[in-house]
Parts: sequence; structure tokens; C-alpha cells
Amino acid sequence: MSLFNVFDVAGSALQAQSIRLNTTSSNLANANSVSSDTGKTYRARQPVFSPMLKEFDEQGADVGVQVLGIVESNAPLRREHSPDHPMADAEGYIYLPNVNVVEEMANMISASRAYQTNVEVMNSAKQMLLRTISIGQ
Amino acid sequence: MPFNFDSYLGVHEPALHLQSRRAEVLASNLANVDTPGYKARDIDFKSALRMSDSGNIPLQSLQTTSANHMQPEEMAAGFELAYRNPYQSSLDGNTVEHQVELAAYSDNAMRYLASLRFINGKFNTLVTAIKGQ
Repeated sequence: MSLFNVFDVAGSALQAQSIRLNTTSSNLANANSVSSDTGKTYRARQPVFSPMLKEFDEQGADVGVQVLGIVESNAPLRREHSPDHPMADAEGYIYLPNVNVVEEMANMISASRAYQTNVEVMNSAKQMLLRTISIGQ
Repeated sequence: MPFNFDSYLGVHEPALHLQSRRAEVLASNLANVDTPGYKARDIDFKSALRMSDSGNIPLQSLQTTSANHMQPEEMAAGFELAYRNPYQSSLDGNTVEHQVELAAYSDNAMRYLASLRFINGKFNTLVTAIKGQ
């Protein structure tokens, strides 16, 4: 019954999108985490999505999504000169994460919309299955 | 006269099968809405239904000499998966358009439920005939 595969596929998308929401929330939470050293500064994290292609599968219709890993952004860190800051280094600089708050908000909206869509897909599939098992009643 | 369920249910049974396959394909598209490089796919329902309804699959399977030889996926499945042409292509190579896929998915779900209702009606007719009241 291939409708059950819809649950697997939509479930994989829910998993992937919730990981994306998690990285977005940690990026936003750490948007202002100041540090005095470039090596210790928080860098924006982004999940990498990839289609879950199976080995040869004769039907081959269902392709879920998987998170290959989480990468840290290579964008330059923000450096501010503020000698009075308690975290300032010897030259009076503090380092701020390379989190782009606007980008993260857009990411958050996109991820939550995609999550909602997949929940709706699962709900429709559930309705279809429930009607199927009640054939002839 | 022998009674044949296949002919009694008519086109609705293969239609139901194809619609459930199509739900799977469209759900895959929606799941990969943010996957870079993913290409949206769909089943050409009309030709696929004609194929499975007429019973003679025009795509002939390849001749094999070993059990390990593989068949192209569309030949094994009896329908062809085609790639969708996006209205607006995106920079990351993804061709899934959320609104298009969602519309197709709900359209497909409605058609599935309609086919189910037809089949249900057929079974109810049978039950009435059996009970004779």
C-alpha cells in the first residue's frame, strides 16, 4: 500500500525542517554572543538538505529528504572596536557572530511553512487511508 | 455467467492504485521543497491510466538472462515519472513550486476519495443484490 510511504516521506521532511528550525533558533539566540577571540565566536549554522535516493528500487516514486550535516557559515565575523567592553581583547576589539538576523527570520518562516505543509500532507493521506479501510461499510 | 471483480469495478480500481502512487510522488516533491537541486516529478495520469486500464503495457520489459539484471524503473512500475517544468526556476536548481504541488496533491486526494466512493457504491450494489431486499 503505497499511501503508507507518504507518511515516511512527509515524516522525513518534518524531521529535516525541525532540524532547520533548531539551527535557526540557535543562530538567533546566539546572534549577540560576544567573544574576544575569533576562534571562540559563534558562527551561523545551516543544515544541508539532500534527497534520500535509495538504491535501485523498482517503484522509485518516494523520495524523502535527509539532513546530510550541519555546516558553519564562512561569512566574516563582525568586529567592533569597543575598549570598554569586558570581553574586549588586548587591542580593544570584540567579535560578534556572523548571524544575519534577517536571513534567519526568512529561514524560520520558510521552515515553519514547509513543516505545516507536510503535516497537511500527512493528514490528507490519513483521511485517504481511513476511507480506504472503510470500503463496503 | 462467471462474476469478475476486475471488470465489475471498472476503471476505478486501477485509478485508485495510480492515485495512491501519485500521492506518493507529490508528497516527495513537497518533502523536498527546500532541497537544493531536487527536480519535481509527476505521473502523466491520463497515459498511465490508459496503460494500466488496457492491460497491455506498451513499454516492453527488457529481456534478461539473470535474476540480477535490472529493469528501468518506469517499465517495472507500469507508469512513467516525468519531470515538471517550473513556472519560475530557482537559483539552487530546485524545481519544486510549493503552491503547484499542494494544489496537485489536494486535487489528487479528492480524486482518490471520489474513486473510493464509486467503488463503495459498487460494493453496496452487490450487498443489496446478495441480500435481495
